Amino acid sequence: MHIALELEIPSDVRYIERVVEIVAKQCAQFSYPQHQTSLNIPVALSEALSNAILRGNGDRTNAYVQVKVDVTQDRLILEVLDEGLGFNFEECLQDPREPDNLEREDGRGLFLMTQLMDRIERFSNQGNVVRMTLKRHD
Amino acid sequence: MSFAIKKQGEIVVVDVEGQLIVGNRQELKQRVLDELEKGERKFLVDFSQTGYIDSSGLGVLVSLSKKIREQGGELRLANLNDDLKTLFELTKLDTLFQISDTRERALETF
Repeated sequence: MHIALELEIPSDVRYIERVVEIVAKQCAQFSYPQHQTSLNIPVALSEALSNAILRGNGDRTNAYVQVKVDVTQDRLILEVLDEGLGFNFEECLQDPREPDNLEREDGRGLFLMTQLMDRIERFSNQGNVVRMTLKRHD
Repeated sequence: MSFAIKKQGEIVVVDVEGQLIVGNRQELKQRVLDELEKGERKFLVDFSQTGYIDSSGLGVLVSLSKKIREQGGELRLANLNDDLKTLFELTKLDTLFQISDTRERALETF
């Protein structure tokens, strides 16, 4: 069995919490471990959504962000699509644990996505897509 | 999600209720900076009622800690659950902040 859903939200950070709640609830239905539904999924998805809203769509106030969710007993796939031009994930990724970065206010979002998800892919498909895969870790 | 701020002795205690994320981090920042402006120097953020924190929430804590230190004060943290401890360890922010298991213990350390 798998559950698939698609959500579309206005490009506004106020919608992030609600989307995270919906996705975490779907995974809880499959009895994913608590640390995955309360840490990995909420934080990684929040990061992807805020990147899509603030950086991808940026000043396009009429833009939307789409979220595709596909969850099975064994893995979760999340795709976050914005209307921006995309970015080079590897080039933008930095290590916030480096002494020079530790006291920076920004620069932890992509790093956290890589730490909390098993796989991150970025590609273009009528917009900029970030796909995140999380395997169930009991 | 909201923030409750109260004084315990000379320490400003901030309870983060719900998430600390991109949508509300500015509110936390402004409320703490207002207290700093009024002359407060000792701050404790209590996470016992907190869900999750994203990178911008972590960033605000780092930024506030720096500003408070520049004014000769201190920002300490208490009551991180296992998920939040993991988050601080992943980012090595556990090395930047003084973190206590309980509010009482944190209040004693000032």
